[in-house]
Amino acid sequence: MESSVQNQSAFGTSSSSRLLASGLGWRRRGVNTMMTVLIAGAFVLAMIPLFSLVFEVAKRGIPGLSLEFFTEDARGVVGGGGASHAIMGTLIITGVASVISVPIGIMAAIYLNEYGTGRLRRALTFFVDVMTGIPSIVAGLFAYALFEIFFGPGIRLGVMGSVALSLLMIPIVIRSAEEVLKVVPNHLREASYALGTPKWKTITKVVLPTAFAGLVTGVMIAIARIVGETAPLLVTTGVVDSMNTDPFNGRMQNLAVYAYNEYRSPGVMKQAAYDKAWAAALTLIAIVMILNVAARLVYRRYKTEIR
Amino acid sequence: MLGSATKRAVPEEKRAEMTDSRAAGATSTEPVTKAAGRPAKTIETRGVNLFYGDFHAVEEVTMTIEPNKVTALIGSSGCGKTTFLRSLNRMHELTPGARVEGVVTLDGEDVYDSRVDPVAVRRLIGMVFQQPNPFPTMSIYDNVAAGLNLNSTKISKAQKDGVVERSLRGAHLWEEVKDRLDKPGGGLSGGQQQRLCIARAIAVEPEVLLMDEPCSALDPVATLAVEDLIGELKSRYTIVIVTHNMQQAARASDVTAFFNLDETGKPGHLVEMGPTEAIFTNPNEKETEDYVSGRFG
Repeated sequence: MESSVQNQSAFGTSSSSRLLASGLGWRRRGVNTMMTVLIAGAFVLAMIPLFSLVFEVAKRGIPGLSLEFFTEDARGVVGGGGASHAIMGTLIITGVASVISVPIGIMAAIYLNEYGTGRLRRALTFFVDVMTGIPSIVAGLFAYALFEIFFGPGIRLGVMGSVALSLLMIPIVIRSAEEVLKVVPNHLREASYALGTPKWKTITKVVLPTAFAGLVTGVMIAIARIVGETAPLLVTTGVVDSMNTDPFNGRMQNLAVYAYNEYRSPGVMKQAAYDKAWAAALTLIAIVMILNVAARLVYRRYKTEIR
Repeated sequence: MLGSATKRAVPEEKRAEMTDSRAAGATSTEPVTKAAGRPAKTIETRGVNLFYGDFHAVEEVTMTIEPNKVTALIGSSGCGKTTFLRSLNRMHELTPGARVEGVVTLDGEDVYDSRVDPVAVRRLIGMVFQQPNPFPTMSIYDNVAAGLNLNSTKISKAQKDGVVERSLRGAHLWEEVKDRLDKPGGGLSGGQQQRLCIARAIAVEPEVLLMDEPCSALDPVATLAVEDLIGELKSRYTIVIVTHNMQQAARASDVTAFFNLDETGKPGHLVEMGPTEAIFTNPNEKETEDYVSGRFG
C-alpha cells in the first residue's frame, strides 16, 4: 500500500525527476573503465613470466630432443647418450610415491571428514598443514636418515626417493581429498543410512563414488607437484648414468637430477650437455601438462552433478 | 523379528507377476527378499525428549502410530516435527551432539535398547526426504536396488530385476522409466525423482515409511501423484508424514498430530492427536483450531 502511494507521488511531481538527477554518470563510467584496465593489466603481467618460461624452455629444449634422448641411457658415453634412464626413473619413483601416498592420503582424509571429531581432528588438521610446509630437502634427509638405520651410510635407492616424495605428497592428497569429500552433500549419506546401510558401506559405495572425479583430479595435481622435485632425490636416489628399473636395488636417475647434473658437470661437450639439460626440463614440463590435462579430462568425464 | 516373515499375497505383487513372467518366475518360486510381505507395525513413543546439545528441541511426546494408516505431523516451522520423525528410525542421533530420552517401540520392541543396532532399525523403518536425493552416481535401476546392493543382500540378478520392477510399479514410476533403467536417476524430473526415492525406500521392504515433507519441492501435479501413492502404500506400510501443507494433511492422512511450541527457543510439544477429520473440523484444543484455520502466526 505504502509503496504504491509513493510511486504515485513520484509520477505526479515530475518537476524533480530522480532518474535525471545524477546525469549520465560519466564519473562512474570513467572509474569503471579504469578499474577494468587495471585488472586486465595485472592479469597480463601475471601471464608474461609463464609464457616466457614455456617459450624459453621450448626454444632451448627442442634442440636437445632426439630419438636417442628417449631411447638411450648415458652409460659410458662421453657427451652423447640419452635420458631414457632418467625418464624411466622419474616414472618409477613418482609411481611408487603415488602408490604409497594415495591410499594413506585418501584414508586420512576420510578419517578427518567422516570420523574425526573434536580436539584430535583439529590437531591432525594442524599437523597436515605443518607437513604441507616442510621444505623438500628436509623430507629427503629424513628418508635418507630412515634408510641409513637399516642399510648403513651412503645408501641410495629409488624407493628412498619415493618415501621422501611421499612425505611431500601425502599432505597435498589429504588436503585436496578432504575438500572434495566435504562437498559431497550430507543428504546422500542420510539417504544411504535410511536404507539401513552401515557407515563404511555408505563411505565406500556412496561418498567415494560421488567424489571420484575430484579425488582423481586432486591426486593428479599432487603428482604434478612432486614430479619435478630435485633436492630430496639428490640425497636419496643418487646420480647414475645407466638404466635401473628396480627401485629396491641401486641408484636411480630422474629427470630433475639429470638436468641439474648435466648443467653442473657438462664434461667436454658443453653445449650438448646444456641442450640435454633443457630437453629434460622440457620433458618434465610436458609430463606436468599431460597430468593436468588428464586431470581435467577425468574430471569432465566422471564428475557427478551435485545439487 | 526378521524370522516372522509370513508370505502374504499382496495385490500389488500379484499384478506384477501376471504382467511380467520374468518377475513372476522370481517371486513365486522363492522368496525374493527375506522380508516379502511383512505386516506393517505399530510405533509407540513414551515421554520422548529430543536434544541438540544443550538445546531442548522436543518435549515429552507420547503417541501411538497405528499400522496401515497415514499419520500426519503438522505444526509451524521449528516445532520439532522433523526432529521427532528422525528420532523414530534413529536418524536423529547422526547429528553431532544430538540426544534422545524416552522410549520408542516398534511392535513393543525398544528401538533404543542398547543391544539394538541402529542400522537394523533403519532397515525396518525407511525414510523419504524433503529434497529428492537419488544417488547421483547410480542409474535408475541401481538407485532402486541400492538398498539391496549396499546391504549386500545375496540375491540373483533375476530376483533383483523382480524387486526393482515391483518397487518401481509400487511407486507408480515403472511405465515412465522402464525403457531407460540404465540412465542416471538425476535426469528425471523432481516429481519422478521423489517417486524414485520412494521406490528405493520400499525396495528393502521396510515395515514403516517415514516421509519428511516429501512434496514440498514438487509441483501440484507431482504432489498429487505422490499423495495418491501414499494412499496406496498404506495398505502395506505404517506411514508417518511430516507436512507444512494443511490441505495435504487433510487429503492424505487418517490421523493427524499437531505440534506446537510456546515461543522460539522453547521445546516443541505434541498438542493433540486424533482422527484427521476431527482435528480439522472439531479439535479439542483452541491452539489446534487457530492453527488449522490459519489464524496462527
